[in-house]
Amino acid sequence: MSTNRASRTSVPPDPSTGPWAFLAQRWELATLAVLAIAPLVIPALGGALGGQVTNLFIYCILALALNVMVGYTGLVHLGIASFFGIGAYVLAILTVPMYPFQIGFLAAAVIAVLVTAGTGLALGAPTLRLRGDYLAIVTLGFGEVVKVTLRNLEQITGGMKGLNPVPPPGAGVTVAGIDLGKEFAIDPRWFYYLALLSLAGVVLAMRRLENSRLGRALVAVREDELAAQAMGISATKVKLAAFAMSSAVAGLAGCLYAASLSTTADPNAYDFNRSIMVLCAVILGGLGSIPGTLLGVAILVGFDTVLAPWADSWIQQMNVNPKGLSYLSFSGWRLAIFGVALVLVMRYRPEGLIPSRRLASELRDGGAGS
Amino acid sequence: MSFQFLLQQCLIGLTNGALIALVALGYTMVYGIIGLINFAHGDLIMLGACLALSLVGALGMTAAGPATTWVGIGGLVLICGLFCGLLNVAVDRIVYKPLRNAPKLAPLVSAIGVSFIFMNIGLFWLGPADKSFPELLPSTNLLHNDALQFTWKDLLVVIIVGPLMVALSVLVKGTKLGKAMRAVSQDPTAAALVGVDVDQVIAATFFIGGFLGGAASVIYGLYINTIGFQMGFQNGLYAFTAAVLGGIGSIPGAVLGGLVIGLVRALASAYVGERWTGAIVFAILIVILVFRPEGLLGRRVKEKV
Repeated sequence: MSTNRASRTSVPPDPSTGPWAFLAQRWELATLAVLAIAPLVIPALGGALGGQVTNLFIYCILALALNVMVGYTGLVHLGIASFFGIGAYVLAILTVPMYPFQIGFLAAAVIAVLVTAGTGLALGAPTLRLRGDYLAIVTLGFGEVVKVTLRNLEQITGGMKGLNPVPPPGAGVTVAGIDLGKEFAIDPRWFYYLALLSLAGVVLAMRRLENSRLGRALVAVREDELAAQAMGISATKVKLAAFAMSSAVAGLAGCLYAASLSTTADPNAYDFNRSIMVLCAVILGGLGSIPGTLLGVAILVGFDTVLAPWADSWIQQMNVNPKGLSYLSFSGWRLAIFGVALVLVMRYRPEGLIPSRRLASELRDGGAGS
Repeated sequence: MSFQFLLQQCLIGLTNGALIALVALGYTMVYGIIGLINFAHGDLIMLGACLALSLVGALGMTAAGPATTWVGIGGLVLICGLFCGLLNVAVDRIVYKPLRNAPKLAPLVSAIGVSFIFMNIGLFWLGPADKSFPELLPSTNLLHNDALQFTWKDLLVVIIVGPLMVALSVLVKGTKLGKAMRAVSQDPTAAALVGVDVDQVIAATFFIGGFLGGAASVIYGLYINTIGFQMGFQNGLYAFTAAVLGGIGSIPGAVLGGLVIGLVRALASAYVGERWTGAIVFAILIVILVFRPEGLLGRRVKEKV
């Protein structure tokens, strides 16, 4: 568009030289190594903190799932939490003692992922020819339908109580004299590693996807659907594939969520608010960018579980708020802070905190996607 | 008896539908002119309802006589309408205007952000719990029929929504501003070339949409009698569904969509059960969009290279 804008992005620091070269190129491996060793060194990660970090990993998986739709393919999806919920509930139905199935975590998770992928296909097949905004509304509506159904089919889903107890993974399985189920129940680090392993697998799969034929087709459809079709890409098939992949990964996140909480929680855990929060994380971090998505989730979850409680207790110590007024506490401003952050990011850095290279060039060129 | 019951449900549905239509107009007009799903519209109406509640308390309207009450309600509609209209214009100026040439996702996400900010303001204004809105109108039946209820509250909805709709269609069809609005919604660049001040027209659209929303917020308070800081989301969702159903961007479509959604809600609550209403409304929406993606009255838009 204008010259000064172009020059701002044209010269990134060369990552192939310098002492940080290894970290810049292999940030995933380095982070993974740190995260894998951390619980052995920091005892707190074996306790309550471990549970929160596990949660963070699960949300990262969910956000990466959404990123396939919104980031790579450019389809606005406002109901990702419903697939998260379907995954959690299918896993629960297949494992809780209330039902006769009780087939164990691994088999149940595979089935749950297949079911969510199938649900995504079933929703996507008739609706993908809709234009962007209409598709957004269909996904939003689907999310509401799923939430209401989960809440009302009390005989199957347990209504507001949810389904519990979901047994820990590996219940009844003994490997080399270790009862895995018992270990999962006692030590949260098992869940920590399970979630970390799943997240690493998903990141790896996403990295492969980005550079695969299908991944490039997704981006081509996002950039210009007609041009992509003219090049021989079937936009419908590509979008359906995105829908199925996104739903499946969201379902996997749901399985981990239900297993780590050992309950599905109540259906409100899978409502529009969660979908929007995950969307915010993806957009804040950078659409179509894997490190951006992870950072976005870390910021949002970090805000809720670390910054807000810390600031609140600090305000309490200062004793400025003896009456407990909500506008004198930090967490009372939570929504406004998120709102202002979204507005500012869209205004000044629409490509997100860690932009994807492909998308950044498009946004800087001035509205090619509008 | 059962026919009368059906008639009663239809009456409730149409009255509710008129209210939904008023909100849906705010969505459809803004979408028609700048292609933005204004997620903050429902929360704007929530803020209007907060103002209405505060004014009712400050003016002591619960103690007024019948004549004063009606004048007061008229005043409330005017003040809340102006408040929401001006707030909407201000948000457009500050938040959406710098993003006019940005990719479509940018204003959409900003609107979600504005909706969060509004919700937080509403949280401080009302507190976390739902507040009851005082009953200003007597709930006597206006029809001389025991099975069929049509109260002052229902009448209120009709006598506020009807004239507003007429005024809106006169404005859009008959005035120079309306002509400019239609021109900008068809092609902003061409409209600017023939001398239409596009920014002013967009501001006017936001004002009108906001004004209708403000009026809707007063009616909502008086008709539903419960307001809360989270009411914007649910009501915005129904209204937006109505706008999409009728064909987003189409003004008669929004009205039709609102009435249909109102009817569906009332009939679903009566015959299937209140708790399934939301699922039924959205399931119908998905089915209609699958078979008629442009909505009931919308134009089919060809995608261009």
